Amino acid sequence: MMRSLAWYQLREEIEDFLYLEADLLDQRRFKDWLDLLAEDLIYFMPMRRNVKFGQHAERENTKQGEGISWFDEDKWTLGKRVEQILTGVHYAEEPLSRVTHMVSNVRLLDVRPSVEDAQEVTAGCRFLVYQNRIEYENFTFVGRRTDELRRVGTSWQIARREIILEQNVLLAKNLSIFF
Amino acid sequence: MTTTLPTDQMIDLKRGMISREIFVSPDFYRGELERLFTRAWLFIGHESQIPNPGDFFVSRMGEESVILCRDAQGTVHVFLNSCRHRGMKVCRYEQGNTSLFVCPYHSWSYTTDGKLQGVPLYRALYEGTLNREDWSLIEVPRLAIYKSTVWASWDPAAPDLLDYLGSAVDHLDQVLDCRDGRPGGSEVIGVHKWVFPSNWKFAAENFLGDTYHNPSHRSVDMIGIGPSAQRGQKGRRDNEYNKGQHVWVGHPAGHGMHSVLMPATMEYESSYAQYPVVDEYFRHCFDERKRRLGEKACLLPFTGNIFPNASYHGRQPRGICVWHPHSPTETEGWRFFLVDADAPAEVKDVLRRFYMRYSGPAGMTEQDDMENWLYATAASRGTIARRHPFNYQMSMGAYKTNDPLPGDVSLQITEQTPRNYYRVYASYLNGAPWDELIGRPLVQAAAE
Ligand code: FES
Ligand SMILES: [Fe+2]
Repeated sequence: MMRSLAWYQLREEIEDFLYLEADLLDQRRFKDWLDLLAEDLIYFMPMRRNVKFGQHAERENTKQGEGISWFDEDKWTLGKRVEQILTGVHYAEEPLSRVTHMVSNVRLLDVRPSVEDAQEVTAGCRFLVYQNRIEYENFTFVGRRTDELRRVGTSWQIARREIILEQNVLLAKNLSIFF
Repeated sequence: MTTTLPTDQMIDLKRGMISREIFVSPDFYRGELERLFTRAWLFIGHESQIPNPGDFFVSRMGEESVILCRDAQGTVHVFLNSCRHRGMKVCRYEQGNTSLFVCPYHSWSYTTDGKLQGVPLYRALYEGTLNREDWSLIEVPRLAIYKSTVWASWDPAAPDLLDYLGSAVDHLDQVLDCRDGRPGGSEVIGVHKWVFPSNWKFAAENFLGDTYHNPSHRSVDMIGIGPSAQRGQKGRRDNEYNKGQHVWVGHPAGHGMHSVLMPATMEYESSYAQYPVVDEYFRHCFDERKRRLGEKACLLPFTGNIFPNASYHGRQPRGICVWHPHSPTETEGWRFFLVDADAPAEVKDVLRRFYMRYSGPAGMTEQDDMENWLYATAASRGTIARRHPFNYQMSMGAYKTNDPLPGDVSLQITEQTPRNYYRVYASYLNGAPWDELIGRPLVQAAAE
């Protein structure tokens, strides 16, 4: 993609959107966050395996649409997760965790149909999510994300999110937060 | 280890009290590693994970890494994952296929049947001294495969797996058999692995039949996440057991479970409401199973724990969990998810999605379990806390033996299954003989 003025503007728009989204989560505005998700959302976090050199492309990550991953779900399920937190008796998030999402290294990987008329964007980023819970529980989740974003009016919606967490055995007791 | 652990003081089954020490003390933890995990049959994995010669899956026994491997001839082995030279892990991949395990350190190599094959510079450095035959990978003396599940014990004198399981096998069968009643036929579709800061026995106990902890799952019950939730059904799963008599069963070897005895007149309860194809499939399986098993079809599984640390969910979400100890206060949970290997693709898809939203660290139900196990462990570590035992007095004496099923059977929610579990646990820590550990009548044992 040519680094035109339109390209830089688009990247800034996408960055702004991702920062806004992270902020909604950190402010625990979960229902507002759900509004940013497309109805046909795919939300996917594979498990990562230790495999021999040369087999990474084929075998390192579990696959969307087959077998078991950490998350391979739709908007209904994420809505249920939000609903569960809002019951006030989901003890894994009651009292609520303190969470900060850091998003960086935002890149435009693909823009359709064109940078000047961007309707769909594939954006890559890195995340560092810090979770602090009750008194002494601390978890740091670091990884990469690939988001398919769709223009809706003057804003964007997330149509697909792939979350690559840099862990094999999960070093956290729970994945009770959103990525 | 020569010290005697004060099990009698710590585990008082007559009064229904168990000391917190066994959940937090390093002494008890060492006792478990040395006297329990070195003897009991432990769940290793599933044959569907190693279908071909050379396939391996790295598993654990207690704190130690082991390799489950199918050798070039097709025979299944379990080896300690540690080189005989200086102990390097010979396999640091999780799963795969190989013809050799080559040690990264000094390059000794082992064939898939565990034999030491390659020793660099053998002629110059070892000829006449090192006998390769004597330096195979350390292999478990006892291995058994039951309906595709692989189990192993480090004790050469361990009873056969089926004697160890005893009457618990009737319940385990309901986990491992096809939904239509054909024996076996399950496959593993994925394995969760995660660590959490709690004693491993909290997790095992949960599956022994701790139905009493239902209130901790109130949030999922309120919102409904089951396979029929989108049709308005509340709760964690479909209520296919509504018309059954729930039973909590303890077995002499320490296994325990919550199962259900359905009336002989039972009919299929529609489930998976938003997926007509899946509902129809399970209706077919239900009828077929009834036809095939007759009266035996009335026994349906809920949760259970095969002593010491292999737990299961029998129906929804079907799978086997293993609680690997890391320390007195840290556990690595592994959850193997099971489906019928020959189930239609749409059925498998609906099941795996349900399993993921229910189970493990990302599961809406089980997150709350982890929260409880963590803080129950944390709040039991203190000096004062440790002076005060846990209460295990629920439904004391309220069970019948071998009526209406083999084992100690309670028709109400009970802590008889954990009381029974810790009775056997104490026997292991005291180094009891196998007849005592599996509750084999001494007369019969002597006659064998
Ligand atoms: S430790 Fe394996 S070859 Fe030396
Ligand atoms: Fe639970």
